[in-house]
Amino acid sequence: MYDIVVIGAGVVGGMIARELSAYRLALCIVEKKHDVAMGASSANSAIVHAGFDAKVGSLKAKLNVRGSEMMEKVCEELGVKYKNNGSLVIGFNDEDRATVEELYKRGTANGVKNLKVLDSDELHAIEPNVSKNAVCALHAPTGSIVCPYELTVAAIGNAMDNGADLKLDFEVTDIRDKGDYFEIVSAGETLQAKYIINAAGVYSDAIAKMVGDTSFTVHPRRGEYVLLDKECGTLVSHTIFRTPSKMGKGILVSPTVDGNLLTGPTSVDIEDKDDRSTTPEGLAHVMREALENVDSVMFNKTITSFCGLRAVGSTGDFIINLPRERFVNVAGIESPGLSSAPAIAEYVIELLANAGMPLEKNASYQPRRVAMHAFREASMEEKNAIIKKDPAYGRIICRCETVTEGEILNAIRTNPKPRDLDGVKRRTRAQMGRCQGGFCSPYIVEMLAKEMNVSYETVTKFGGESLINVGKTKEVK
Amino acid sequence: MKQIDLVIIGGGPAGMSAAVAAYESGVRNLLILERDAHLGGILQQCIHNGFGLHRFGEELTGPEYAWRYEKQVWELNIPYMLNTMVLDISPDKVVTATNSEEGIFQIQAKAVILAMGCRERAKGALNIAGTRPAGIYSAGTAQKYVNLKGYMPGKNVVILGSGDIGLIMARRMTLEGAKVHAVCELMPYSGGLARNIEQCLNDFNIPLKLSHTVVEIHGKERLEGVTIAKVDERRRPIAETREYIPCDTLLLSVGLIPENELSKTASVPLDRVTGGAVVDQDRQTEVEGIFACGNVLHVHDLVDYVSEEAEIAGKSAAAYIAGENAEKVDVALHTDGKIRYTVPQRITQKKAVTVFFRVADVYRNVTVKVKDGDNVVYSRKKPKVAPGEMESITLKPETFANAGALSFELEVQ
Repeated sequence: MYDIVVIGAGVVGGMIARELSAYRLALCIVEKKHDVAMGASSANSAIVHAGFDAKVGSLKAKLNVRGSEMMEKVCEELGVKYKNNGSLVIGFNDEDRATVEELYKRGTANGVKNLKVLDSDELHAIEPNVSKNAVCALHAPTGSIVCPYELTVAAIGNAMDNGADLKLDFEVTDIRDKGDYFEIVSAGETLQAKYIINAAGVYSDAIAKMVGDTSFTVHPRRGEYVLLDKECGTLVSHTIFRTPSKMGKGILVSPTVDGNLLTGPTSVDIEDKDDRSTTPEGLAHVMREALENVDSVMFNKTITSFCGLRAVGSTGDFIINLPRERFVNVAGIESPGLSSAPAIAEYVIELLANAGMPLEKNASYQPRRVAMHAFREASMEEKNAIIKKDPAYGRIICRCETVTEGEILNAIRTNPKPRDLDGVKRRTRAQMGRCQGGFCSPYIVEMLAKEMNVSYETVTKFGGESLINVGKTKEVK
Repeated sequence: MKQIDLVIIGGGPAGMSAAVAAYESGVRNLLILERDAHLGGILQQCIHNGFGLHRFGEELTGPEYAWRYEKQVWELNIPYMLNTMVLDISPDKVVTATNSEEGIFQIQAKAVILAMGCRERAKGALNIAGTRPAGIYSAGTAQKYVNLKGYMPGKNVVILGSGDIGLIMARRMTLEGAKVHAVCELMPYSGGLARNIEQCLNDFNIPLKLSHTVVEIHGKERLEGVTIAKVDERRRPIAETREYIPCDTLLLSVGLIPENELSKTASVPLDRVTGGAVVDQDRQTEVEGIFACGNVLHVHDLVDYVSEEAEIAGKSAAAYIAGENAEKVDVALHTDGKIRYTVPQRITQKKAVTVFFRVADVYRNVTVKVKDGDNVVYSRKKPKVAPGEMESITLKPETFANAGALSFELEVQ
């Protein structure tokens, strides 16, 4: 019997689980996919928003501003890359200028610090590559960038190091109310838990329905992105937004914490919660609008394009409530969900405490986690000391991103352990560079097979039927 | 810091050939740094034949061709380090590398030869719409799985791009029991060698669809199919020609990119067209004492030409170390667009020079002209030239001795 089960191993479920692991609780995270961070947390704008977008007084506004304040410390503890690069919302005409002024007022009311409206000269002085047609901008110095899947992996790994269980390939098919506990049913296994946190992203409405809560729905909103080579990573230093519309914040152009340049997202409501496909129109839209906002974005240096699905709730705000005893919805966490995640976790603990959940501090709780990129950032002397102890750190496997065998093996052995090529990619950046795994993936398949003690041809890209090889040569029929 | 006269980055065909040539020109203090576990580079996985026709007058497989040079490296006792990745080259030729035994170490070189080869353009760069399932590989990666690892990446195959590796893999997958449904080529002509189209596609009845591309990828976990379409003369897909082909594998052979990340760390200026360094007739880059050869300099069709070019670099590096020089000139080589590029891009010494070049399109009945101003200093007729086949001409020193620049032009009748 678990005290509490978190459904969904995205950044929201992960941050909540980490927060819960600070207490003496039997805790389990369940996830239907083959790895953590497989939903919206694998593909979004990777932005810590300052907090000027959300409506004054909304939960989004409150948790965004609070989350943004918390993020740097959380990342420092978890060994996650974080960069306070500041953001700019640029405008091209009088109407945009009015929007910028309004965002300034709203942001100030939301408690965002140091906002400033810039004129064209001030804007181009700090971002010379922003389109010359831009006439004004809102500057938010507290805007930052973070890697969403890195944060998710680290939060869940940290929760596991503090005693939490993680069950992958666990798709919740039913929840049975047993009076003072729940049964959480999947095809393979049934868990018992006193409390449930529903952090199931685009599927959180389906999970809520299992306990009779039909008060909201969640639908997917497609966001397509184009990611550029590190060569282009310094084109802008701030995150550049366009003045927002009803459907979102337009196409942004931003450096990433890993030094790439990210452009996107589109914003299109769709039906299918599993449809992560990109479209020719969407990709063309991203490229067109990015070029309107920033000069000479070199799309011939594209590394990849991808699509993420935002979990858009039917209420217009985050849906964080207890529709019934011992069951917490954390639903409709669209943008600024990543920015808010640390504050959402804090808020959920408060809700649980107020609802009478016994919360006793876990005396051995360790909030810190060793950074996955520790080797990469070490000095040459430090690296040599590590290589002397473990020669695998002297052998480069991923040439584009300079990732060593030692780092990959360490990742494969560290909670939450990756079991497929994409899992290794998200943790180490191997296969993330310009050759996209062309050179190193055959070696990583070999390392995974050996570490997991499975045969070479059973290794997948991301679980399920996503096999890399279909059999041995001469044996394929 | 260790001092070595000549450090060669890469132990593939270019690196080995350069090393042997440098040794034979008198360099004794030299070292090859190779990131793989073996010498030979990409030739190790090219188990098909057709290598060495020009060089040795016989048809060798890739490993056999590599062995011809590896044997010399061994016999001459040329030192090499395997599993060693170069991380940085400074403009003053300090080479930083890493391996398991030595950790991260540095070498001060007098001369450096860049021989890192090239890599395949990846799927992401094409921005194809659709899903991102397993089952999409660059042709070379698939070749590695099949030929070196002994595993089949899939059974029902579509190939995008008719570069040579794509053509070779069409045949290879077929021989291993897979069904190759089509090879799609965006351009109205193939970038591969004519002999490969004949032997790898036509002999196996594999359709080559020119002016076609893949417009959408389908399948949630493993690839389930691709939508292809014909493209118009501006290479835009024509909606009415969309066609769905069920398949579990998409191989990409959509271009090779010289791997010049290290050249950039050494501040070596690159040519925008070739993607490789700007070099003179000695294959010396614009950073003194740093030379480049093979596919890192420009992508070659045949390894035979790589060896030839690497010998020039090896000999020249030896001469540079010894301080030998021919009479100096300074001639820039320009192109007219129909000729896309030349290697070298610059002539700095008064001696006979073979200039390699590629054309931008398929042209018939052409005259290659080299002009010094309005004065034609060289002219040769050719029945056909194509982007997939590298051309070369040799200029005598008197043709450029007094020229500031030479213009390479293609006259089409």
